Amino acid sequence: MIAAGTPLKISIAATAASLVLVLVVFELIRSRRLRERYALLWLLTGIVLVVLSAWRGGLNTIALWLGVRGYPPAVLFAVGLLFVILVLLHYSTVISRLSDQNVILAQRLALLEAKLSERLPQR
Amino acid sequence: MSAERRIAVVPAYNEERNIARVVGELGAFDPELDVVVVSDGSIDRTAEAAEAAGAHVVRLPFNLGIGGAVQTGFQYAWEQGYDLVVRCDGDGQHIPSELPKVIAPVLTGEADIAVGSRFSGGEGYRSSASRRIGIRLLALVVSGIARQRVTDTTSGFQALNRRALELFAADYPHDYPEVEGMVMTIKHRLRLVEVPVLMREREHGRSSITALRSIYYMAKVLTALFVGLFRRDVVPLEDRS
Repeated sequence: MIAAGTPLKISIAATAASLVLVLVVFELIRSRRLRERYALLWLLTGIVLVVLSAWRGGLNTIALWLGVRGYPPAVLFAVGLLFVILVLLHYSTVISRLSDQNVILAQRLALLEAKLSERLPQR
Repeated sequence: MSAERRIAVVPAYNEERNIARVVGELGAFDPELDVVVVSDGSIDRTAEAAEAAGAHVVRLPFNLGIGGAVQTGFQYAWEQGYDLVVRCDGDGQHIPSELPKVIAPVLTGEADIAVGSRFSGGEGYRSSASRRIGIRLLALVVSGIARQRVTDTTSGFQALNRRALELFAADYPHDYPEVEGMVMTIKHRLRLVEVPVLMREREHGRSSITALRSIYYMAKVLTALFVGLFRRDVVPLEDRS
């Protein structure tokens, strides 16, 4: 049985799109609008997508491994989706940490204000 | 009562009409008892009313929810060196004349934390069927986890000594502080006892809504409890207050 390969046009388009993603992320880091610690996952996403898009043989092979017959670029969607989920999950942890820290800040501020207004001794 | 310094922590969110009465009642009942009202991002004059009534006031810059507010009160009590803390709700549900019952086990050193229970005395508190079932179920689950019989896992009428205060000032559950706090207490090998108390009844919504809400609440609490079982107990150092 012969599985269909990845069409050249799709490979080119996907590679271009992934490259744009990598470049945008890189530019955001360079201009300090995105911190490295939050950008790593995005860079990884971009690079994996670039590799899979450009390397048609590799994509076809992986598709075969996964049992994807007929349309190997479907693997690109799956990989892209997986990384989007990872990024979202990462953001949830970041938001949780930020909101915990926010609570602590609010509490310390409120306690400090109370101390100041009551002129209580520091203990 | 003894000469120990004691304080009541009263969380309040937009309670300008009730807070002065609550503070007044606490003070009238026990003049030695300081009161700290934690105004949880109130947008009315709760803080001013509490201050005028003679309470210490801590103003949170925005609403943290009951757990965060109560913890702020605990942190205040911890920093100011109080030996005994009573937690008391700002809506008047907890009756000051019941205070001695809650404080007693902590004063005698029998417990690190004492919880006023509406149910362990047998009768007294009535509520809708769905609430009762929920309360029963929660009590069963918590009793199982804690390997100690408890009857009222949602009671906010509690007394703490300084050991329990230290724990809660540093780490207090924010979502369902009473239920999760009970489990936490026992996990940290603090001694918890329940004492029967009377409480004023709160207004309930329409029964159908209450039933649905109870189920939703139960699902959330049980999930939190279940996940909590697997949570690491260590407080991250940077989060310690």
